[in-house]
Amino acid sequence: MTSDTTQALIDGVLAGQRRSLARLITRVENRTPDAADALAALYPHTGRANLVGITGAPGTGKSTRVNALAQTLRRQDHTVGIVAVDPTSPFSGGAVLGDRIRMSDLSGDPGVFIRSMANRGSLGGLAATTGDVVRVLDAGGFDYVLVETVGAGQSEVDIARMATTTIVVDAPGLGDDVQAIKAGILEIADILVVNKADRPGVQNTVRALRAMLELGHRLRTAGHHGYQLVPPDESADNEPVYDFWQVPILQTVATEHTGLDAVVDAIAQHREHLHESGIMAERTRQRVEAELVARLREELLFG
Amino acid sequence: MADEKIRVLIAKPGLDGHDRGAKVIARALRDSGMEVIYTGLRQTPEMIVEAALQEDVHVIGLSILSGAHLALVPRVKELMAAEGLDDVLLLVGGIIPDDDIARLKEMGVSSVFGPGTPTDAIAQHIKSTVQSG
Repeated sequence: MTSDTTQALIDGVLAGQRRSLARLITRVENRTPDAADALAALYPHTGRANLVGITGAPGTGKSTRVNALAQTLRRQDHTVGIVAVDPTSPFSGGAVLGDRIRMSDLSGDPGVFIRSMANRGSLGGLAATTGDVVRVLDAGGFDYVLVETVGAGQSEVDIARMATTTIVVDAPGLGDDVQAIKAGILEIADILVVNKADRPGVQNTVRALRAMLELGHRLRTAGHHGYQLVPPDESADNEPVYDFWQVPILQTVATEHTGLDAVVDAIAQHREHLHESGIMAERTRQRVEAELVARLREELLFG
Repeated sequence: MADEKIRVLIAKPGLDGHDRGAKVIARALRDSGMEVIYTGLRQTPEMIVEAALQEDVHVIGLSILSGAHLALVPRVKELMAAEGLDDVLLLVGGIIPDDDIARLKEMGVSSVFGPGTPTDAIAQHIKSTVQSG
């Protein structure tokens, strides 16, 4: 490794230099001693990017969706950073990161930066440092940062804590309607996408998802967190506070780029909803709080 | 730092569609604890070097079975130099005639691995070269 100084990397990231970005991300991922200083220096430059999480079971089309979504965003002149997380082998500590295979359409575009991450044993669908890597991309000036989780089961819901908008990708034929009312991954969706909508059974999947949504409103913030750190709203006498966002169910065929504009529109509408309802501020506060607790726990238990 | 992993990009430049070897290598390097970014078939030298830059890898491994290695490798090397990736280890695997191995090494390829190479030998080569470099 070269002896780039931390300051040179920070300056490079802020100037949009891709090499500096890549190198600093490595340091953040490896948690080198200077990474914390770099993140502190970059922090004032964050908060501008639209953070979109994409999650779903393995094989539902997450990477293909990210590829298609990024192309749609590029046509609208937005720059796009992508973080794609794949699992680390519990046996060897190694990983095969294969998400770029589906993203080769984006190659050669200077407005796109793709980084593959191994989760390095972290549960929850992301790596422990994914949030920090996203922050580096945010500081690097990307309009959108798309985060693709590992192929998630039912409880890999960390993404909802990090992203402004969480897209859950489903596909026909993965389970009956009781799967849809279980807690977990479907509950964190701000936008539900039924991919592979040219396959048989798509109407059954859409119907099951719609039925799940009609069973009730979701809580304003609590539904987004596995555990409650503080009462959601101290002033509300423990009355549940609801988020009245209508989760859209959109059908796409990512390989043919069908239905993508509707997804991009829904992301923008959701962001607007978060700002208007004040939920954005609540979520930001909860995110900072959760992150602080996570860091403290790590320092105190493993530090 | 204990968290540091060796990152390797495995890519198949050119038009031949046989990626079994590349996948075997990707899997073997994973099993020796490395993080392997596999980019799939039919990559141009431009795509490979761009991916290597974004992923900040220590090693680029090219799998070439088509016979086009004397055209592809210099182009990859040229682009690596242009992007400042001179410290990245370049390896070639596949069907390479003996006479060409010396030429590839002159171009800056660290090692050439032909059919029958034990996968451990490749992992060992990477580990010793990256850690001493």
